[in-house]
Amino acid sequence: MGVPLFARGCGSEKTMKTKHRPVEIRTSPHVKKAISVEQIMRNVVYALLPVCAWSVWQFGISALALILVTLVSCLATESFFCWMSRRDNTVRDFSVVITGLLLALTLPPGFPLWMAAVAGFIAVGLGKSLFGGLGFNVMNPALVGRAFVQAAFPVAITTWTPSFLPGRFSEFIPSTLALPFMSPVETREWALERAVDGFTGATPLALHKFEQITTSTSDLLLGTVAGSAGETAALLIFVCGLYLIARRMMDWRICAGVFAGVVLVSLPLWLFDPGHYPSPWFMLLSGGLMLGAMFMATDMVASPVTSLGIWIYGGVIGALTVVIRLFGGLTEGVMYAILLANALSPLIASVTQPRVYGVGRGKG
Amino acid sequence: MGFLNLFRRHKTFPHGIHPDDHKEQTAGLPIRRLPFAPKMYVPLAQHRGAPAKPLVHPGQEVVRGEPIAEAGGFVSVPMHAPVTGVVRALDRLVPSAQGPKTPAIVIETYAADTQRVGWEMPRDIDQMTPQELVQAVQEAGMVGLGGAAFPSHVKLLPPEGRSIGTVVVNGCECEPYLTCDHRVMLEQTDRLIRGIRMVMKATGAGRAIIGVEDNKLDAVGVIREKLKDQPGIDVEAVETKYPQGAEKMLITSLLGKEVPSGGIPADIGVAVYNVGTLAQLGDLVPRGRGLIERVVTVSGPGVARPGNYLVPIGTPLGFLMQQVGSSSEANELIMGGPMMGMAVASLEVPVTKGVSGVVVFEPDAPDLQRRPIHPCIKCGECLNACPIHLNPSLLGELAAAREYRVMEESYHLNDCFECGCCSYVCPSNIPLTQYFRIAKSINRETRTAA
Repeated sequence: MGVPLFARGCGSEKTMKTKHRPVEIRTSPHVKKAISVEQIMRNVVYALLPVCAWSVWQFGISALALILVTLVSCLATESFFCWMSRRDNTVRDFSVVITGLLLALTLPPGFPLWMAAVAGFIAVGLGKSLFGGLGFNVMNPALVGRAFVQAAFPVAITTWTPSFLPGRFSEFIPSTLALPFMSPVETREWALERAVDGFTGATPLALHKFEQITTSTSDLLLGTVAGSAGETAALLIFVCGLYLIARRMMDWRICAGVFAGVVLVSLPLWLFDPGHYPSPWFMLLSGGLMLGAMFMATDMVASPVTSLGIWIYGGVIGALTVVIRLFGGLTEGVMYAILLANALSPLIASVTQPRVYGVGRGKG
Repeated sequence: MGFLNLFRRHKTFPHGIHPDDHKEQTAGLPIRRLPFAPKMYVPLAQHRGAPAKPLVHPGQEVVRGEPIAEAGGFVSVPMHAPVTGVVRALDRLVPSAQGPKTPAIVIETYAADTQRVGWEMPRDIDQMTPQELVQAVQEAGMVGLGGAAFPSHVKLLPPEGRSIGTVVVNGCECEPYLTCDHRVMLEQTDRLIRGIRMVMKATGAGRAIIGVEDNKLDAVGVIREKLKDQPGIDVEAVETKYPQGAEKMLITSLLGKEVPSGGIPADIGVAVYNVGTLAQLGDLVPRGRGLIERVVTVSGPGVARPGNYLVPIGTPLGFLMQQVGSSSEANELIMGGPMMGMAVASLEVPVTKGVSGVVVFEPDAPDLQRRPIHPCIKCGECLNACPIHLNPSLLGELAAAREYRVMEESYHLNDCFECGCCSYVCPSNIPLTQYFRIAKSINRETRTAA
């Protein structure tokens, strides 16, 4: 204390003895909010961990293996591309971990592991690294990877297994360990043998679409239905998303926009013909909508930044999902809805620039 | 979350940020006087507009308070001797916080002098016409003490065809660490009210509103007590939020109006004055004195004895730091507040009229930590922070691509007043504010070159 600043004070030679300390010259602002990209990404990973844990609890070691394989594949791909382009390895910003986890959660639990590895490579390589890495990807990388395998392996990606099989922690689902490029492993018979009650191998959406069976709301909330590894437990996913919203690391308006879009399109249809069209409630809780709305549509990089744009973007995803589900050939539409909205988001952003203070209003 | 605004008690503007205010270090400390430095350096260009012209010559003895330089034009103010002493030089180049060295008058202080102000001309402001008041304000050398250092008398004369209806008094002090305006409102309330009355008379404004952030409710209470018999003047608490003290933001908070893009508050019939400015005016003009000292908050983790000090204009920072003491770890010294202030590279920089605070940092304070710069992840935090509702994310990308023209023509770059909110919130640590400063200055240069 009392030693003048910069160790070379104004005319006080005595202080020359003190150790020289470099002076900081930075531009304002000189204070920063103590929150970084790494922190945001790390927290998204934290929020996804309970969903992963539930997935493993529900589908056993196959889901665990699936998550690990996509994770390793994504991390390796990111490292590889960073090495190729002679840049610092960006694995430590955690964004690629999110991609790895999300990708696994969107795949069927019995998805062959080698296909999952391919999906991870495509997700990070094609979806992210080729565009220039974090911040430059046009679409959600995990969904790019999933869209690729949906096109490449249409059978495997629609082969579902029942949840809570008794031996799920001791044996793999047979298709999980399928060898690359060999004839597909038949899982259906295997699943039917083990299923406790009349398992048909269909997701709630497929059941509704093709057999007019509506799954109960409690099953949808708790996730005791067939579906992708991490998309079934709507309630858990919602709560995990709330954690991020509460920490202000996720934009609640995107989720709200998706939900609003779903309700706005499905409610009139349902009121028009409740026997044929499912209720908005069912639409919100079934399939990958909750996971998509909470964790994939909210991918900051691929969503618009403007306030009005965010609502439009969310609404487009919700509306497209319902349209694809009800009128398209597919049973599920969340993935394509998000990818389409991702592609739209630069356009949405450019037409929804905010009104600048003092422009257009308050003149004179 | 915007919808929470509905439940807020106090008026505010949309967007903005909530940095830690760190005001507890000095908010309770009364204004104290510091000793006079052995040498004073009074820069001739320490305000906006034309530099002042010296009236003295080297070797001349000056009395504290005596004019030593005259205004160099209408948008300019005179300078007054901060101490009794002898003029040693008229054009000594001294470093400034802005960077370039500027000529300054050097006065050697008479150590044995009583330093009584020996230059005044008491007058009855009630008898003065508005024109005389405007002239008196200029003669006092008054500039905006909130940091802008814009000559105060210029704002008293609105441009042709405009008239001032409302005087907005800025007691927000939204910058972290700074408490000098807070102390002025508490300790110099009568001067402040006198200053407001004077400005109302000079402009013909029928109404004045004092806006004070709600972290200074004690000041609101003191002022409200004094305003009981003062019709036309009100005090109102506004939300504690940065940059509440920016004049455009405060106008929006208090009056619900917007200053047109590229315009000035006078365009909507408003004049904005800082409380420190008005308190000085209320004291100096009736006595016919000039501005020779101001209250400066010296604070921050690197200061041994933080406080609110009455510092003569021209005191070198080195002397100030000797008086208040700095820790041996201190390595960053900022003139002004941490959001908009400037880091100084030399302790020879003198305290000027626009310096409201000196903040000293040590390395590795938690909110200062150096972080790597990441690419923009389009989180949109900057859009939610920008009080002018710009799109800093997009502007930053354009700046990186050197599309400076497009920034100005299509995305309102020139409406940015460099408050620093976007840089503050950016999780990728992109120096957006600095990008915009560079873009603006390059645009200015290319325009003058063309």
